[in-house]
Amino acid sequence: MEWFDNGWGLSLVVFLPLVGAFAVMAIPKTNELVAKQTGMFFAAASFVASVVAILRFDFGNTARFQLDTDLTWISSISSNFHIGVDGISLPLVVLSTFITLLAMIYSWDHWPEPHNPKMFIVLMLVLATGMAGTFVALDLILFFVFFELVLLPMYFMIGIWGDRTPMKLPGFKREVETRLYAAIKFFLFTLFGSAFMLLGFIALFFRSAPHTFDMLALSEMGRAGLFTGSFGFWVFGALFLGFAVKVPMWPLHTWLPDAHTAAPTVGSVLLAAIMLKLGSYGFIRISLPILPQEAREWAPAIAILAVIAIIYGSLACLAQTDMKRLIAFSSVGHMGFVMLGIATLTDVGINAAVIGMVAHGVITGLLFFLAGSMSHRYHTREMARLGGNQKLMPVMGGILAFTAMASLGLPGLAGFWGEFMALFGSFNPLDGLSLGLFRSAMVIGAIGTVLTAGYMLWMLQRVNLGEPKAEWAGREFHDVDRFEMAAWAPLVLAILAIGVFPKIVFAATDGAVEQLVRSAFGG
Amino acid sequence: MLAALGLFAAEEGEHAALTLSDGGVLAEWAWLIVVVPLVAAFAIIFFGKQMKNKGWELAVGALGFVGLYGVALFIANMGDGISFSDQIEIARIGDFAIEWGWVVDGLSITLYALVGVVGTAVFIYAKGYMEGEIRYTFFFGAFTFFAGSMLVLVSSPNLLQLIVGWEGVGLASYLLIGHYWEEKENSDAAIKAFMTNKIADVGLVIGVIIMGATVGSFRFGDVLEAAVTGDSALEEVAFWGGLALFIGAMGKSAQFPFHVWLPDAMAGPTPVSSLMHAATMVTAGVYLVGRMFPFYEDMGSDVRTIIIAVGVITLFSMGLIAMVQDDVKKVLAYSTLSQLGYMTAAMGAGAYTAAMFHLFTHAFFKGLLFLCAGSMIHAVHSNNMSDMGGLRRFMPTTYKTWLIGSLALAGIVPLSGFFSKDEILASLSHEGQTVALVIALAGAFITAFYMTRATALSFFGEFKGHGEPHESPSVMTRPLVGLAALAAVAGFANVPGLFTGFTDWVTSRAIPIVEHHAESFNFGLAGIGLAVGIAGIAAGWALYSRDEATQTARDRLEVPVLYPVLRNKYYMDDIYHHGLVRPIRDTAAAFVNWTNTYIIDGVVNGAALVSKFLAGIVYGGFDQHGIDFGINVAGAAAGEAGTALSYSQSGKVQQYAAALFVGVVLLVAGFIIFT
Repeated sequence: MEWFDNGWGLSLVVFLPLVGAFAVMAIPKTNELVAKQTGMFFAAASFVASVVAILRFDFGNTARFQLDTDLTWISSISSNFHIGVDGISLPLVVLSTFITLLAMIYSWDHWPEPHNPKMFIVLMLVLATGMAGTFVALDLILFFVFFELVLLPMYFMIGIWGDRTPMKLPGFKREVETRLYAAIKFFLFTLFGSAFMLLGFIALFFRSAPHTFDMLALSEMGRAGLFTGSFGFWVFGALFLGFAVKVPMWPLHTWLPDAHTAAPTVGSVLLAAIMLKLGSYGFIRISLPILPQEAREWAPAIAILAVIAIIYGSLACLAQTDMKRLIAFSSVGHMGFVMLGIATLTDVGINAAVIGMVAHGVITGLLFFLAGSMSHRYHTREMARLGGNQKLMPVMGGILAFTAMASLGLPGLAGFWGEFMALFGSFNPLDGLSLGLFRSAMVIGAIGTVLTAGYMLWMLQRVNLGEPKAEWAGREFHDVDRFEMAAWAPLVLAILAIGVFPKIVFAATDGAVEQLVRSAFGG
Repeated sequence: MLAALGLFAAEEGEHAALTLSDGGVLAEWAWLIVVVPLVAAFAIIFFGKQMKNKGWELAVGALGFVGLYGVALFIANMGDGISFSDQIEIARIGDFAIEWGWVVDGLSITLYALVGVVGTAVFIYAKGYMEGEIRYTFFFGAFTFFAGSMLVLVSSPNLLQLIVGWEGVGLASYLLIGHYWEEKENSDAAIKAFMTNKIADVGLVIGVIIMGATVGSFRFGDVLEAAVTGDSALEEVAFWGGLALFIGAMGKSAQFPFHVWLPDAMAGPTPVSSLMHAATMVTAGVYLVGRMFPFYEDMGSDVRTIIIAVGVITLFSMGLIAMVQDDVKKVLAYSTLSQLGYMTAAMGAGAYTAAMFHLFTHAFFKGLLFLCAGSMIHAVHSNNMSDMGGLRRFMPTTYKTWLIGSLALAGIVPLSGFFSKDEILASLSHEGQTVALVIALAGAFITAFYMTRATALSFFGEFKGHGEPHESPSVMTRPLVGLAALAAVAGFANVPGLFTGFTDWVTSRAIPIVEHHAESFNFGLAGIGLAVGIAGIAAGWALYSRDEATQTARDRLEVPVLYPVLRNKYYMDDIYHHGLVRPIRDTAAAFVNWTNTYIIDGVVNGAALVSKFLAGIVYGGFDQHGIDFGINVAGAAAGEAGTALSYSQSGKVQQYAAALFVGVVLLVAGFIIFT
């Protein structure tokens, strides 16, 4: 298995889906089954490779980048093909291959209109490469390429397979289809952010000596104080914009409810479960180690925005009438907890952020699956028209209730640890950060959990409970089918397992985070 | 079994004080008390429907196991006293260990036995009560999970596991209260219970964080150790930490002003109310204060002033409401609130034993009374006492057991409530809490009064309902008899001056409890307490026993001002609804949504319009005049990309992209040049 550890293993994880995408493209459009089988094969292969990566990973030394390789790539700008995983990225890599596989399984029998599974599979596989690649990249240019690679497939997914209901924008005369507005908004927002991010990367390159895009080398220079002063401040700001749009942080979040709501089911799942994490991961992997001084300066602002997101996102959820949009908005609040954890710049807080990311991935991913399957059956997402779902589809309703409980942070399920520990970290943030500010953030964040419980229970009441509405009388609904069950059961188990035994994640993250915090902040 | 798998780090008896035993094998395997009900709960939900009794057998088996194990531990604890705890690490973050574990000491054993014994009685009863009800199997699954979560909470050797059990109980109560969720009223009640508890849990979570972060460990052992050894860091945050934890306790134990969820929780099936009001859930808050008692005794003593005030307010104000209820379950619900007030006040006064003793006896007689109420409701198909009357002739067993429960609750010698209530009164007197003592005595009068009223209205006079009520089947009456026996004699577990068994049992803990109220029996106070109780009964009887009275005016207390205030529960539901729920759920949420659509997105869409406009100028400029090569390239590249997208009919995306890229290229150039 020597070859696996020398970078080939991770390369397989990342590029198998891309190979699969080309393979599927070569299959005639009419031969759907072969396209599906091919797609499934490559997604599964990538997942298996990531599982092997877990087995080959040395958990005694999580702070070191393992299974790595560093090859010359674009020598003119000394950008290398440098990949590797440590304890922080490993869970996220596995999360991305895991969710991709489940999305593929779910898709087997659920194709959004206008059908065309072949193209859809190609896009999913390209997305998979982009997502996994972002988590293993250790070179800024490589990171940027992967980071951007996810943009186009998602744009097409939303724009072509998205929601066709016409919508009217306030202040505009013409009506547009929701999918078009959402797709463009998603695309431009992210492009806007990543443009600044690229700007920051380039600035780091020119300031570094010798010029490099290598994250590890840059981190060392960062620790040595090469990027301080107003230069560092602005570079952090530029990176902040790139990552914050993706997270998304308030007030850069407004693309999210539209994109999630308009996207086809699988699109929403991938978007929520993995793509949002690219942003928060960027903070942990790039901003904090390379610009530790600036991170201290920006931390209070990030904490404030995070807390606003928690409260604002939750309140916005309470106002929603569309089930999917409610779930979409819930991400704003949940990612607020992740960002609050990061802002504490502590061991506890960053661990909280990583487990929060993983938990949000499995929980919200499942919620979007459920919302998708339900709207597929009811042909509506309006909660006022739903109700009594528990009677019409008991299994679906049960899973929805379970997942909603996980989402509101019920202790014993996955969502709890990220929330609780983000608050825990805020009580004692990194030395030098304002105690008053972070402790206030802790209290407000804790109040946010009440609002979260409020909208989740209210959603459950409106969707699941009560007698079914008259319009569904006499209608037969097909409860959870076997592909749905195959895609969801692993998520349910993951939610339970991480909740009961959080070591599943912390065993990987703890050492790596500790090392990161110690070297960057001396904490 | 798990130990064999090597999952447990052997740390047994780590905190055991010298004089206490480690409980041996019995304590080592006590984790089964927690695991068995939880496993049973899931087994019932997934496989119950295929079983002969539809899962009930698993439920009652699990609770029976807990009961037997609990009683065995209880008896073992009577000897040396046990203090044992063990845990497995489920995660480690830097220096913080996150652990699952179980603690076996006087306090937890008392609760194990209570949950097991009362639970078993209630579960047997529930078989009869729930016969033919909708979602029978799921009910028993959730009910078993309810007990299991309580045991997670009680068995916890650390604050984090406590939170897990705590909210597990909350979830189970949500499922059970909302059992008949076809009616919105019931799911509203379920949500109300969950949300009220969740609000109080903000306190709990913050308290746990303060304690854990300051001490550097979540273990009760370490926190209490720090508290009794005068750790200066903990000293600094002791007041806020202690207060925050107590706010959490107020939620679960339904203390004023968090009490509003408990009366509404009556929406659930009656067996749920019985267990919830007796051994499970509402006792959690008192238990938490008890668990943290060495802390509150020492560093957190400032908080105790607040604890006693909250307790006294609750015991008095909620007792008053019980006097004007027509729904028999609501009488009992407000009675529970009032009795929890007694326990809280006792904890606040520093009377750990008295509070735990009242919790102990109350579990029997209140569990019993709710089961009696269920039996009555089952017979007359109504919760209202105005549909009852004269039931003593139709339901002799229910009547007799109800009478025992009522007299115990009213504090009549020699039933259990007399001893435990007297001990609280004696402790209040001993601690010099005169105001609290007077209010507690007034509360005792009120208690006796409303129970007499309820007894007279439902069991005496003429039957006012429809049809012919009948006694419940033996599966329901036997648990009544069993609980009645316990309610009658449990008081003898602690008779100050004669036999102080309970005091010793409940104080066998790793960190010794300092409080000692083993002073001799206070005959004077006991006499006053008894006299007050008898006076309450007499007053209630005088007002409600006469036939014409029971038939005509149900409420003889229709005093202007006071009566409407009590009937409307001090208007607190309205205050919360109009002052808290609606402003947040309707106004603030709508406002946030509005800002999202019109302000933030307004900026976004506005920026898009401006970009489109600028892009138009750039396009026009380059098309007609070919001004700038850089812009040319950028625009063309973006235009190409845009063409590829064009079948999505967006039309404008390439223009936005062009504008953006132009901007970025300029910025990058500028940045490189100027730095």
